[in-house]
Amino acid sequence: MVTTDTRIDTEVVLSVEDLRTHFTTRWGTVKAVDGISFDLRKGETLGIVGESGCGKSVTMLSLMRLIPVPPGQIVSGKIVLDGEDIVPISEQEMAEIRGSKIALIIQDPMTSLNPVFSIGNQVEEAIEIHQDIPKQSIMDRALEVLRKVNIPAAETRVKDYPHQMSGGMRQRVVGAIGISCQPQVLIADEPTTSLDVTIQAQYLKLLKDIQKDSDLSIIFITHDFGIVAKMCDRVAVMYAGRIVEHGSVRDIFNNPSHPYTEALLASVPRMDRVVDRLFSIEGQPPPLHDLPVGCAFADRCPVVMDKCRESYPEIKAVSDGHTAACWKVE
Amino acid sequence: MQKYLARRFLLAFVTLLSVSLIIFIMSRVSGDPRHIYLDDYSTQEDWDRMGEVLGLDKPYYEQYGMFLKGAVKGDFGESVREARPVTEVVLERSPATLLLGSVAFSFSILVGVPLGILSAVKRGTWMDQVGKIIALIGQSAPPFWLGIMLMFFFAVQLGMVPPYGKQDWNSIILPAVTLGWYYAAANLRLVRSAMLDVLDSEYIKLARAKGVNSRTIIMKHAFRNALIPPLTFAGVTLGALVTGSLVVETVFAWPGLGRLAIEALFAFDYPLLQGVVITFTLLYVTAAFVVDVLYAYVDPRIRYA
Amino acid sequence: MAADLSGIVIAPPTFGEKVAGIYRKLKRLPVIPVFLLSLVVIAGLFAPVLAPHDPEKGDLRERNIPPAWSSGESEPKTVVERMSINDRATSVTLSDAKKVNPDAQIGDQIDIYTRPAGSTKFLLGTDHLGRDVLSRVIYGARISLLVSIVTLAVGGSIGVTMGLMAGWYGGAMDEFLMRLVDIKLAIPLILIALVLVITLGQSLWIIVTVLCLFIWPRFARQVRGEVLQLKHMDYVSLAKVSGASTARILFIHIFPGTINTLIVVATLQVGIVILLESTLSFLGAGVPPPTPAWGSMVSDGRDKLAGGVWWISTFPGLAIMITVMSLNLFGDWLRDTLDPRLRQLE
Repeated sequence: MVTTDTRIDTEVVLSVEDLRTHFTTRWGTVKAVDGISFDLRKGETLGIVGESGCGKSVTMLSLMRLIPVPPGQIVSGKIVLDGEDIVPISEQEMAEIRGSKIALIIQDPMTSLNPVFSIGNQVEEAIEIHQDIPKQSIMDRALEVLRKVNIPAAETRVKDYPHQMSGGMRQRVVGAIGISCQPQVLIADEPTTSLDVTIQAQYLKLLKDIQKDSDLSIIFITHDFGIVAKMCDRVAVMYAGRIVEHGSVRDIFNNPSHPYTEALLASVPRMDRVVDRLFSIEGQPPPLHDLPVGCAFADRCPVVMDKCRESYPEIKAVSDGHTAACWKVE
Repeated sequence: MQKYLARRFLLAFVTLLSVSLIIFIMSRVSGDPRHIYLDDYSTQEDWDRMGEVLGLDKPYYEQYGMFLKGAVKGDFGESVREARPVTEVVLERSPATLLLGSVAFSFSILVGVPLGILSAVKRGTWMDQVGKIIALIGQSAPPFWLGIMLMFFFAVQLGMVPPYGKQDWNSIILPAVTLGWYYAAANLRLVRSAMLDVLDSEYIKLARAKGVNSRTIIMKHAFRNALIPPLTFAGVTLGALVTGSLVVETVFAWPGLGRLAIEALFAFDYPLLQGVVITFTLLYVTAAFVVDVLYAYVDPRIRYA
Repeated sequence: MAADLSGIVIAPPTFGEKVAGIYRKLKRLPVIPVFLLSLVVIAGLFAPVLAPHDPEKGDLRERNIPPAWSSGESEPKTVVERMSINDRATSVTLSDAKKVNPDAQIGDQIDIYTRPAGSTKFLLGTDHLGRDVLSRVIYGARISLLVSIVTLAVGGSIGVTMGLMAGWYGGAMDEFLMRLVDIKLAIPLILIALVLVITLGQSLWIIVTVLCLFIWPRFARQVRGEVLQLKHMDYVSLAKVSGASTARILFIHIFPGTINTLIVVATLQVGIVILLESTLSFLGAGVPPPTPAWGSMVSDGRDKLAGGVWWISTFPGLAIMITVMSLNLFGDWLRDTLDPRLRQLE
């Protein structure tokens, strides 16, 4: 497993600074993402972990600039991709970047392919948009990426429609679309939740292999610490729209410094330990339209202090490359 | 695909057969058909001869067989009221209904589908509201009343179009709008909700993530998927257009099959009525079959099932 | 090692949250449709009390009187002693003129009503037989209400039973019933209905029977779908294992699970029944005259339109439209409230 330390000098391909994405609803402003920052380096894999509704999916949509406007809006912050801030650019310019520099693999393979077009057609479309090459080359390139994701008999299967393929196969096609234009950043939004364990393992291995070949940077959006351990170099733990802890996988697993991270890890079943019952976190996350003044985790925190309810903790370094937003950290 | 079409074809056939059976039973239940052909001055001899000609002396299943045999050859006997072959009368009146039906159907598609797409894409704006009102009126106003109101305003008060009959080209406007409105409304609702579902789907998200621009998203990726529910509905639409033509042709004195059916009905002209009902069913079944083929063309899940 | 963390924080909603949820839904209750529907129901129930006049008897001398707010039309005419047919448009006889103005003299110009002004005696005017349109519209609600309730009860029960059986037994039974539904959708039912009504006689009961033919498949289809889902539920298996009879399982364990759907389907079907009943009446195959049905009232006024007599057709038609519209809006709301899964049920 590669840790942050050895890669600290490599080139940063994606840099997010103080990103805030808010939604206007009838209950008030929902601060789905409220001031997150992180860097992604070349060839590195970052995991974004958290419960449902913590803002990880909105982060993903913000990076792709796919937030529905209205009601959503990126209210502030920078997303610097390959040296360019993509927040202020026009929709048209963004359309050119999507799929070519930053690509997305969606959660559910069963519904993420258009049922009325053949899979060949759908892979070719992605290539056609971004590469000005003749039709024949597009088809060759599509076949090539389909082979790369291990679709057997790709030349005959291109004519198939999504409903004729298995879930694992469709997931590979979605993957093929993702890598078809050799993006620098690939965002994988819980790419394996609906697959069974063996197919999931195969798919993850495939992604790893592709990453090694092309020096791709991957962001894994997941709530599965198993995947994080297997796939990621670094982890960002999100809670209520903010990153509460950020560090290398080893740091996070061995030395979790935010009580929320600890609680999350305690609720994961482990092979190496015998426990009577799994830990579960009491209570619910606060509503995102009505966040408390202080730490959003205060009400559920086992080690809460008065200070926690008064102001939001600053992000502090725990060790080199490991930060946490908690008053407990000194 | 073949299996799907064969199934649809079989259904069409069974439908026709059941309608013919219903019609046959009803004609027998309604009494001895000789009562309508012969008057009080007929002799017993006339009565018997007529019975032989019509095959009334044979058992019912043979009579039904004869009826079917005739129907296949296009022979439904003679109209009592018009004293000429039913087929002749029906053929004479069919073009008017076909014309009205196709204009109304086109109207319902040309108005309903684009408005449905607009309502979905511009969800929540005034455009969506207008669409909602059109749809609500279309689904709630009885067509016969809507027809009468349109006639009163546009023909009687404003004199823009003829109130009834089939004279100039513009006499078709009111009947076609009346007939088409309900289905335009239905299409609007269907396309809108299908479009909203589609636009919300993961594959549209993925298409956008590929870098496809908004226009292509709507026109290519969403449109074709959003067409599936209205196409499913089109079969029903066509069938109900037939029914609607009864009402609309009566309101506007449109010389088609619908009005012929009502005329035959109140004249107790059973042979004519049978002919019209079978023709209506045939028209419907054919149209529905065409729709099924189209449906299979749009949705590969059916084509390759 | 893989673990799903998404479930760890789900707590059941508290009692307070539940109450708040119900309140929020009620707050969005479609007030106007519910109000209009109650009006229709009240009109139907209390027609004899509410109607200002007898709906079936009219005075021919009071025919075609416009609604109360209409000012009528008058034209100036010359008073003459005797007149020929040709002068009718411009002249009036002395004796007729005296009815309007007792002081009229030959040679005077006098305003004569070609159509009377409306009066508060007949708020919505009178029809071609001098019957009060308002009273007829009120009584018409009664017929629509009666027909829809009976049709819904009978047709609905048939459909539910069929659906329960098709869903439960499956196989050939299911196939047969569903083909029956397909065929029903494919035949010009209204034509068959017309033939039936004309052949068997125009009575309320025959009309209800015919309308039942229209509505049962919708119920059957919906219930069948629900049964297919519910029959694999644990509590149903449990009932089966513990030896409950099929009838008991169907009516005690499965039927209650379909009630939400049924309420929605029923509300939307009432609108369809009202439209169909009025269509039959309009075509002359409804409840026989002089009983006031909305559809036949629209038909009554149809050939009077050319003379500018618009109110006979307009008001009963409006009544149909408002009722059906309210039912649709109310049904949509019910559907969203009770069962959002039913959104495809357009």
